[in-house]
Amino acid sequence: MAKIIVLTSGKGGVGKTTSAAAIAAALALRGKRTVVIDFDVGLRNLDLIMGCERRVVFDFINVINGDAKLNQALIKDKRNDNLYIFPTSQTRDKDALKRDGVERVLEELKEDFDYIVCDSPAGIEHGAITALYFADSAIIVTNPEVSSVRDSDRIIGILASKSRRAEHNLEPVDVHLLLTRYSLERVKRGEMLSVEDVNEILSIPLLGVIPESESVLRASNTGTPIVFDQESPAGRAYVDAVARFLGEQREMRFTKPERRSFFRALLGKA
Amino acid sequence: MITRFLDLLFADRRNSAGIAKDRLKIVLAHERASRDAPEFLPALQKDLLAVVARYVEIRDDMLRVNVGRSGDTSLLEINVEIDGANVKPVRNVSAAEPPKPAPRIAVDRGSPVPWAEPG
Repeated sequence: MAKIIVLTSGKGGVGKTTSAAAIAAALALRGKRTVVIDFDVGLRNLDLIMGCERRVVFDFINVINGDAKLNQALIKDKRNDNLYIFPTSQTRDKDALKRDGVERVLEELKEDFDYIVCDSPAGIEHGAITALYFADSAIIVTNPEVSSVRDSDRIIGILASKSRRAEHNLEPVDVHLLLTRYSLERVKRGEMLSVEDVNEILSIPLLGVIPESESVLRASNTGTPIVFDQESPAGRAYVDAVARFLGEQREMRFTKPERRSFFRALLGKA
Repeated sequence: MITRFLDLLFADRRNSAGIAKDRLKIVLAHERASRDAPEFLPALQKDLLAVVARYVEIRDDMLRVNVGRSGDTSLLEINVEIDGANVKPVRNVSAAEPPKPAPRIAVDRGSPVPWAEPG
């Protein structure tokens, strides 16, 4: 049975689209047939992050309105056969994302895919609510910063009251915390909330910690999901997070000081 | 001497994550309480204010009504701040209608109320 995962945060600019691209790509690398959908109607960006902006012909709204077939709108990733991108529309009509239409499209996607990753817009308006409504799992993308943590708490509350699972008294949405743009250096200096701090405040299971990394901007510049960069610490952290999502035990990296290498220790360097 | 001076200079900056955590805890406690609050709470608060205002001068923000939990028990918590409020001369008041009975809320008198706990 296909699983619907929403990446949401309330606050904008915390890394939802980057994370949606990375998690979808990491699931595909694990052999799961995965589609990633852009729910940010009017502000299409997932296509750029996935590097397929020039291949967009039809979009989510076209399919909802019956102007295009699903297989005409889905873009197959050139790097991985299991990965598909479903771009959104640039229309300014915010109500174009009709709930029954979205449900119909998701039901059709469920027949073909193992995982449907929904990239939510920021805010708590119609688009964000529609993106989270059908979710089985939610990944709350949070920065270690006051406004992001507060908005995450708000979104967790909305998932518990306004999602389909909540409205139909089903098992609640399975909620996970993904802490992004984490700087161990700044945490050590007492300038940034630590993983433990955020965990204590939000008290939802921790899926992963993504270190602040220059490679993330490089990846978005070139339209490559960060997990395809084997060298990137952020990419490896996303691969770990997806492994945990699939039920594997993996130790958290980048949350504790790196062990000093033998030679460095010998030379007495930090 | 120099390190102490530096400590003083950078004390705030070093602790800013701790300040962030404390502020978040307080603001989220309030927001979660109002998010989970039953719908009758604002009306109850208004009725209670009207009753208290018959005896003391009171501002809207001096009376707070919350629903909390203590173990398995739901608690209706009413905090009225009257310190510094002017006492009104007591009149024979029977004009105001008694407030409608609110839904019954179980209160376990055996266990101490959370706000009375030490610390």
